Amino acid sequence: MELGIYSFGDSGTVSTRQRLADLVSQARYADEAGLDVIALGEHHRADFTLSAPELVLAAISSVTERIRLSTAVTVLSTADPVRVYQQFATLDQLSGGRAEIVAGRGAFTESFGLFGYDLREYEVLFDEKLRLLLELAREERVTWRGRTRAPLEDALVTPRALQPTLPVWVGVGGTPQSAVRAGRLGAPMFVAIFTDPAPARGLVQIYHRAAAAAGHDPAGLRVASGGHMYVGRTSQGARDEFYPYYAEYLAKLPQFPGGMPREVYDQWIRAGLLVGSPQEVIDKIMNHRELLGISRYVGQFDVGGMPAGMVDKSLELFATEVAPVVRKESA
Amino acid sequence: MSARVAVLGAGKVGTVLARLSVAAGRPTAIAGSGDPAALGLIVDVLAPGAVPMTSADAAAQADIVIVAVPLARLGTVPAAALRGRVVVDAMNYWPPVDGVLSAWEGATRSSSEIVREILGVDVVKSFNHMGYHELDAWTRPAGDPDRHALAVAGDDGAAMAAVSDLVDAMGFDPVPLHPLSAGRVLQPGSSDIFGADLTRAELLSTLDALGVAPAAVCP
Repeated sequence: MELGIYSFGDSGTVSTRQRLADLVSQARYADEAGLDVIALGEHHRADFTLSAPELVLAAISSVTERIRLSTAVTVLSTADPVRVYQQFATLDQLSGGRAEIVAGRGAFTESFGLFGYDLREYEVLFDEKLRLLLELAREERVTWRGRTRAPLEDALVTPRALQPTLPVWVGVGGTPQSAVRAGRLGAPMFVAIFTDPAPARGLVQIYHRAAAAAGHDPAGLRVASGGHMYVGRTSQGARDEFYPYYAEYLAKLPQFPGGMPREVYDQWIRAGLLVGSPQEVIDKIMNHRELLGISRYVGQFDVGGMPAGMVDKSLELFATEVAPVVRKESA
Repeated sequence: MSARVAVLGAGKVGTVLARLSVAAGRPTAIAGSGDPAALGLIVDVLAPGAVPMTSADAAAQADIVIVAVPLARLGTVPAAALRGRVVVDAMNYWPPVDGVLSAWEGATRSSSEIVREILGVDVVKSFNHMGYHELDAWTRPAGDPDRHALAVAGDDGAAMAAVSDLVDAMGFDPVPLHPLSAGRVLQPGSSDIFGADLTRAELLSTLDALGVAPAAVCP
């Protein structure tokens, strides 16, 4: 079982320069502490510092040794798969074969306007670009024709990744069609889960059945999950410390315009949100593993612009008290 | 005989509503935007018992049609097949996720009044103010003190009664609102109702605080 962290670089109250420096040093710590993955997302909004995760991953690659460098997610619909492949192949070479991509549609839509894409093309943009990216990861020369970018005629896309095939996961937020797509393509699937993992059982079942129907070897399939996470020394302490940051973070959602009420927060934690003592977080990750058969969990570890000191403490508990136990229990 | 239900949209919301409809004992059809094999697989896993169909076929054979597609794709709904049916608008407009849609942006009317105008058929607004996880998790038998409420806003009394009956059979307390425009208070960001997961008594007192009187019965 692999364990890791992910971030969107929530802005908080510090400067962008400071926030990025903190993120690189947290990644360095995660590497030293033996975590398996750091994944960076992208949002194109002022409340997040990460819109170009590949650059930050490159900086991280130069101060780390073993940790895998992934995304959460690469908003592929509004990117050029050729360029994305080149960037991550370069990262793979720089890092000695540690790069990955998690391709997804993203939770927000700002990037459509910024890069000049039509939101009504949402489905076809993602579908075509994902197929192209998977082909680029497999083949050195690619011939491709579609609606969403210029055709490629036996195009050589370089540099090539150091790994024989650059891993490309498909990120799924809960839409069943996305699980069908991941399965049909035989790609590993990352599922975002914030509260109860039980409803995602259906997605995992759809994924495996779609893969089987398309003739993919079940041994090549993988499921990972991830969501918001905060680990505190004690159960009650964790809840109380994290609440103000989470309440404000979730004010971005339509149901919590004034911030998330405490009783809803406590109910989300009961339902499965990974906030609590190390033992509680261990139990919740193991529950994901039992229900969904995951071989990787990544937690969003710096939610809501928490001060770096709080993030560091939670990260340390995750790396030193949660991860070793989950590895042992899942071995 | 219980009303036949069609759910247009086989995404996060549509699959849950189809599952609840099947569990309520209603003959249920479901339509989605993907290819038939994908829809068949999704329905088989997430809403077994529902019958996958094209949108036009599903709507044509149903008494109640629940529209649960992304608003940006409302144009794909076969409006002609909706005539003579009770049509439920389960959708919401939320620009950070849907993008800015000119028909809804800056509107002071209920988003359902705009849906009605675009589809050219009368609609009832319901299911929109509860998240799909909650719809799935919180069905309760009638009389259970923890049973949650779903508002049913509309102009036509018979249509509202049919939808209220379905809401009740699915495991929620229907709270009628009249007319359709009153459903504006159920939308994202416009009140304390959207996403708040209220019991009937709580929903009634929230409506009261907003100065919105529920319909005593379906008019």
